[in-house]
Amino acid sequence: MDYFLDEEQLMIRDLARQIALEKVLPIRAELDEKEEFPWDIMKTLAQSDFFGINIDEEYGGLGKGGFEMGLVIEELSTACLGVSTTFAANSLGTYPIQIAGSDELKKKYLPDIASGKKLVAFGLTEANAGSDAAGVQTTAKLEGNEYVLNGTKQWITNGGDAEIYTIIAITDKTKGARGASAFVVDKGTPGFSFGKKENKLGIRASSTRELIFENCRIPKENLLGKQGMGFIIAMKTLDKSRTGVGAQGVGVAQGAFDAAAIFAKQRQQFGAPVISFQAVQHMLADMATQIEAARALVYSVAKFIDSGAKDVAKASAMAKLFATDVAMKVTVDAVQVMGGSGYMREYPVEKMMRDAKILQIYEGTNQIQRNIIGQALIKETTKKK
Amino acid sequence: MNIIVCVKQVPDTSEIKINPETNTLMREGVPSIINPFDLHAIEAAIQIKEQTGGKVTVLTMGPPQAETSLRESIAMGADEAVLLSDRAFAGSDTWATSYTLAKAIEKLGADIIFCGKQAIDGDTAQVGPETAEFLNMPHISYIKKIEDVTDSSIKVQRMMDEGYDVVESSLPVLLTVVKELNQPRMPSLKGKMAAKKAQITTMGMADIGADENSLGLKGSPTQVRNIFAPEVKAERKMIEGSPEEQVENLLKELKEIKCI
Repeated sequence: MDYFLDEEQLMIRDLARQIALEKVLPIRAELDEKEEFPWDIMKTLAQSDFFGINIDEEYGGLGKGGFEMGLVIEELSTACLGVSTTFAANSLGTYPIQIAGSDELKKKYLPDIASGKKLVAFGLTEANAGSDAAGVQTTAKLEGNEYVLNGTKQWITNGGDAEIYTIIAITDKTKGARGASAFVVDKGTPGFSFGKKENKLGIRASSTRELIFENCRIPKENLLGKQGMGFIIAMKTLDKSRTGVGAQGVGVAQGAFDAAAIFAKQRQQFGAPVISFQAVQHMLADMATQIEAARALVYSVAKFIDSGAKDVAKASAMAKLFATDVAMKVTVDAVQVMGGSGYMREYPVEKMMRDAKILQIYEGTNQIQRNIIGQALIKETTKKK
Repeated sequence: MNIIVCVKQVPDTSEIKINPETNTLMREGVPSIINPFDLHAIEAAIQIKEQTGGKVTVLTMGPPQAETSLRESIAMGADEAVLLSDRAFAGSDTWATSYTLAKAIEKLGADIIFCGKQAIDGDTAQVGPETAEFLNMPHISYIKKIEDVTDSSIKVQRMMDEGYDVVESSLPVLLTVVKELNQPRMPSLKGKMAAKKAQITTMGMADIGADENSLGLKGSPTQVRNIFAPEVKAERKMIEGSPEEQVENLLKELKEIKCI
């Protein structure tokens, strides 16, 4: 379908597609097998200006929005979700600086992020704080001109490979959720180390590690926004990033669908290509329809957010929820359409199926997305009375 | 450092079809691309610019639509582009092409001139070296590595059938490059946006001060009689017999030609 992208949006999408086809697709199986971090691809994306897409021009970016970022993430995801996760995690980690950073912090960090010189990671999740983000136990204590961080973050995408970390830590235990604050921490700061690289079901090209803070001292100027704003910053960050996860869902589903459709046309059974059988046609028809519906929702919500709308939690949760549930269903069905071949490593869809599962889990499980939508519905209904 | 890269717009050979009646290339409807070897030349030029500063100018001779290749070069990171386009240039062979390029380079001025080793449509590999001769300038062909560049000299590795030569030259110099030299970069988004807006300079016969009789068909001494792939002259000899006899005969042969 034609979404009437403008000339620059087409340029962005087409170049991202070219990189996905020429640089990502040929090595995706190897990256998955070896669990290898895609440095070469990140270098290409940096050289082609993709890291700066939604960073302001005054900091060296292109000044585009989450919609354009989503186009890039979608294209990369059609080839490899591990690569697109590595790329998209930068945007996730950068939002806190864009949302709440002082001019000094923006000047210090955004140019290196926009040029792709430094990768970024976002550190919220902990052993006892996942869906319940308020369970964060990492602390940050102000001592003179420094905050002292202690605690461990878990399952952090780009952990160890990124140079810049945006971290949520508790500055006042007595205040609950209002006692959290957000900080920027540089790799190499004494007292900041990493745990082992996790071995994952999917998105194996992306790296996932623990961040360990042991009396890690950072300048107090590295506080993002004001003390106590940590959760608001984290929630605003997730509101913005969720359409990116939705775009990942659309992309991986499209990649799996394309592989399955081509296979169904070539595979002969009972003297005819299997695509000629209604049982297969109907599966493909459902898959294609679901993908288009997911894309339409993700695009609309991304544009809604870019318009500067204030209350976007419900819409962004819907985009993430729907598109990633579609991704799971479509990738499973793609394996089914391809039968035994689909189950084999020789074909790309089993990897896509393994990769897709994370989309229903990270950046808020799809159950949490339903909670967010539900809470918004309650609020809306109360207003109507 | 002023660097000029000569590029050629060629038909995409992966898409090409042959007219079965005339046995000639069917160029209609075939997409045009930058000659693949020239992409390595552009990459090399941009890398030197990134190291030493300066300016990369891409230069092409061709019809107005060759402008597309120039814009693609700018999207990769070239700064300026010059299109040599004039009816007088039509029908040029390698001699007339080299003369025309040389006249333009004289006007533009350059410390280093890069060319791809050959174009994939004509495959002559003549234009680079001939241009250097017209400019009365040293040239090094088939370079696979640039070891060092200073303000006044360059040191490169020239690919040979067996191994390579290390060659040092003063500047200005013309270099033709092979694909082993580097990996051409993808265009960048900022480059693509700049390419869209870029002003392409067009130069004709009068602008480069060329002699009309040396241009185009008039200035082209080449007459094509026949096109064929040259015979490979390597000799091959099969040694037969039992394994023992084969070894014995092989040793004898090798001794005869003083290999061992």
